[in-house]
Amino acid sequence: MPSFVITEKCDGCKAQDKTACQYICPNDLMALDRSIMKAYNQEAEQCWECYNCVKICPQQAIEVRAYQDFAPLGGNVIPMRGTDSIMWTVKFRNGSLKRFKFPIRTTPEGSIDPYAGKPEADFSKIKSSGFFNAPAKAE
Amino acid sequence: MEKETCTFSFCQKPEVIEVETDLLLIGGGMACCGAAFEAARWATPKGLKVTMVDKAATDRSGAVAMGLSAINTYLGENKCADYVKYVRADLMGIVREDLIYDLGRHVDDSVWLFEEWGLPIWKKADDGFSLDGFQARDAGKAMLKDGGTPVRSGKWQIMINGESYKVVVSEAAKAALEVNRKATGVAQNHYERVFIVKLYKDANDPNRVAAAAGFSVRENKIYLFKAKAMINAAGGAVNCFRPRSVAEGQGRAWYPVWNSGSGYALGMQAGAELTLMENRFVPARFKDGYGPVGAWFLFFKAKATNALGEDYCVGENFEETKKLYSPYAEKMGTAIRNHMMMMDMKKGKGPIWMNTHHAMAELATKMDAKRIKHLEAEAWEDFLDMAIGQAGLWACKNVEPDKEPSEIMPTEPYLLGSHAGCAGFWCSGPGDIPGTPKEWFWGYNRMSTVKGLFMAGDVVGASGHKFSSGSHAEGRIAAKAAIALILDEPNFKPTITKTNDEISGELYLPYEVFEKYKVYSTDPLINPNYIRPKMLQARLQKISDEYFGGISTWYMTSKTMLTEGLKLLEVLKEDANKMAAGNLHELMRCWENYHRILSVEAHARHILFREESRYPGYYYRGDFLAIDDKNWKCFVNSTYDAEKNTWELKKVPYVEIFA
Repeated sequence: MPSFVITEKCDGCKAQDKTACQYICPNDLMALDRSIMKAYNQEAEQCWECYNCVKICPQQAIEVRAYQDFAPLGGNVIPMRGTDSIMWTVKFRNGSLKRFKFPIRTTPEGSIDPYAGKPEADFSKIKSSGFFNAPAKAE
Repeated sequence: MEKETCTFSFCQKPEVIEVETDLLLIGGGMACCGAAFEAARWATPKGLKVTMVDKAATDRSGAVAMGLSAINTYLGENKCADYVKYVRADLMGIVREDLIYDLGRHVDDSVWLFEEWGLPIWKKADDGFSLDGFQARDAGKAMLKDGGTPVRSGKWQIMINGESYKVVVSEAAKAALEVNRKATGVAQNHYERVFIVKLYKDANDPNRVAAAAGFSVRENKIYLFKAKAMINAAGGAVNCFRPRSVAEGQGRAWYPVWNSGSGYALGMQAGAELTLMENRFVPARFKDGYGPVGAWFLFFKAKATNALGEDYCVGENFEETKKLYSPYAEKMGTAIRNHMMMMDMKKGKGPIWMNTHHAMAELATKMDAKRIKHLEAEAWEDFLDMAIGQAGLWACKNVEPDKEPSEIMPTEPYLLGSHAGCAGFWCSGPGDIPGTPKEWFWGYNRMSTVKGLFMAGDVVGASGHKFSSGSHAEGRIAAKAAIALILDEPNFKPTITKTNDEISGELYLPYEVFEKYKVYSTDPLINPNYIRPKMLQARLQKISDEYFGGISTWYMTSKTMLTEGLKLLEVLKEDANKMAAGNLHELMRCWENYHRILSVEAHARHILFREESRYPGYYYRGDFLAIDDKNWKCFVNSTYDAEKNTWELKKVPYVEIFA
């Protein structure tokens, strides 16, 4: 709440020093209750619903319950993020469903070699416009 | 009241980790990822060390953490001078045209890199319809850098499949940092979950930055980074004003809720000159979920109307608006359209509708069933890529955008300089754009008025509409210039006068205060000796909202209101000495909210100084309701002296470079 952890599914990312959701949350919201080894969202009003905890959870134990300030109950949006695409299931309050699949990247994860095929920096140009690999647009 | 100090009599003393580096990147968002990529290439052959410090995990940090459905700055076939004119018109005539031109001539290379690294970019099909990133690849469509045709949603915007945009950009930045780390032989040059609180000046050069101090939000450790130059790209300021949703819904800020004004506060406390801090952005977005409207307006050609189905930007509204805001009214920038929307809302002609159903029906007349299905997916992807909460809200409310309209609404105010706002620091330009005043260049591009302290992204002032790609490019521009400075002055050794104990005591004060007093009351939340971060933020939001032109006054303020609000803010600043943190997470929240307080103070003081309403639709000075070009077509710059707690404000002439 807004992201919440399903008790039955969360295993506290056992054997890891921190849970996946703790690692990824951009706002440091996910905490681990060590007494029961379950994660939880410690500050609901600071949750942006960015879904990064939902997407990363290896147990699919995290979902989002929409902000009750303004959202009626019953709707749900569930992602399933793969290596090159993401599948979304949007469940409406009235029970109807929509499913979408979108590309997320065209290269294998971890394959980026940032300087492959790129020139070395030319230090005679360090105070001119342009980057190490390309001049600035002319006009 | 007595001032609190931290002597570690109550809280545990942290270990201090000292890191010596050449270039420090503060932040891990688009700007610092760009900076890492560019800096490592220049630094590595010279043996210079580049270090990044991010308060979150770089794969999902910064404003692009959720993803994006569009890249809003890609020049492509357009000219840089036209980009300057578009930004100038939207920001009500006062911008740094040298910075904007410079951004425009550099930004496309970053977009080409994103595509090379794996970001799927939509392309135009032979029949004129759109192909997503995979369809385009499978159809053999050329990459953008090889002349491929993007799907433009507007003149400057292109559509992407951007769920993993930040992950891709982060991977390249981390790989670049790793190249530098290996070559320079350091153990670590990428620090995640370390929150930078404060910058320190050099002991021998009072106007040069020398160190940045922060703490781990995971372990009992303080980090002190000493660097020859730094890039501050720690983002804009969100939830400084009381938001429309005040319970858990305040998490659904339009801009990322974790942008806590740190970018502004770090530079201000170091004495860097600010510019246009009176500027703010009040986006009109889908109500409550704050989903993006850009694609609906520009790509799907949806129209917004009042509840009677009328265009609110014509007729009587437009005539009234021209009286106060001509010639800006005629340019129909974002602020002006907001202004006219609110005119109708005040007349009771709301709700304001985004007529998604009309737009979809119109598009459907040109398409077969398969294409309509693709179009529907495109519309949902716009939310699912960047404002998933909006998709959730539509699901909860059973909204089908092809059957009914959705409400739009102006949000609470935001302070930022990379999106459609321009609040930030006064930075050196590139120096080579003809017509630039010579005093706008002081040796190193994007360096602030504090030597060695460079800025990028949200905190570069007077240069908005950079968005994600422009922030990445600006990080690269700043990084290259910062390396040039480091190479020019190889003998500079950053030194500070503060001891490690003094720095630890300063940063851990909220911990000490909590530990000292927590047993006094039976409920640690209610205690007369301190203020918890949540309440610090609530009080700040209430002051901003009621006195500085938030939603509760329809963005209206005045000299008398600002003056009273600033008094209350000053007391809140004093109370910040009694911030209390029960754990490391709260310690971060304490300092984040202190950063918010400083950002808001700068904002309010600038609004007070500028005696006109330069940004109608974003804020109004009730005592100076019109735009007054004769007296105020100028920048307002300020400097904060953190030691003395004093401000200096001044007018700086605006110069038009591109007629």
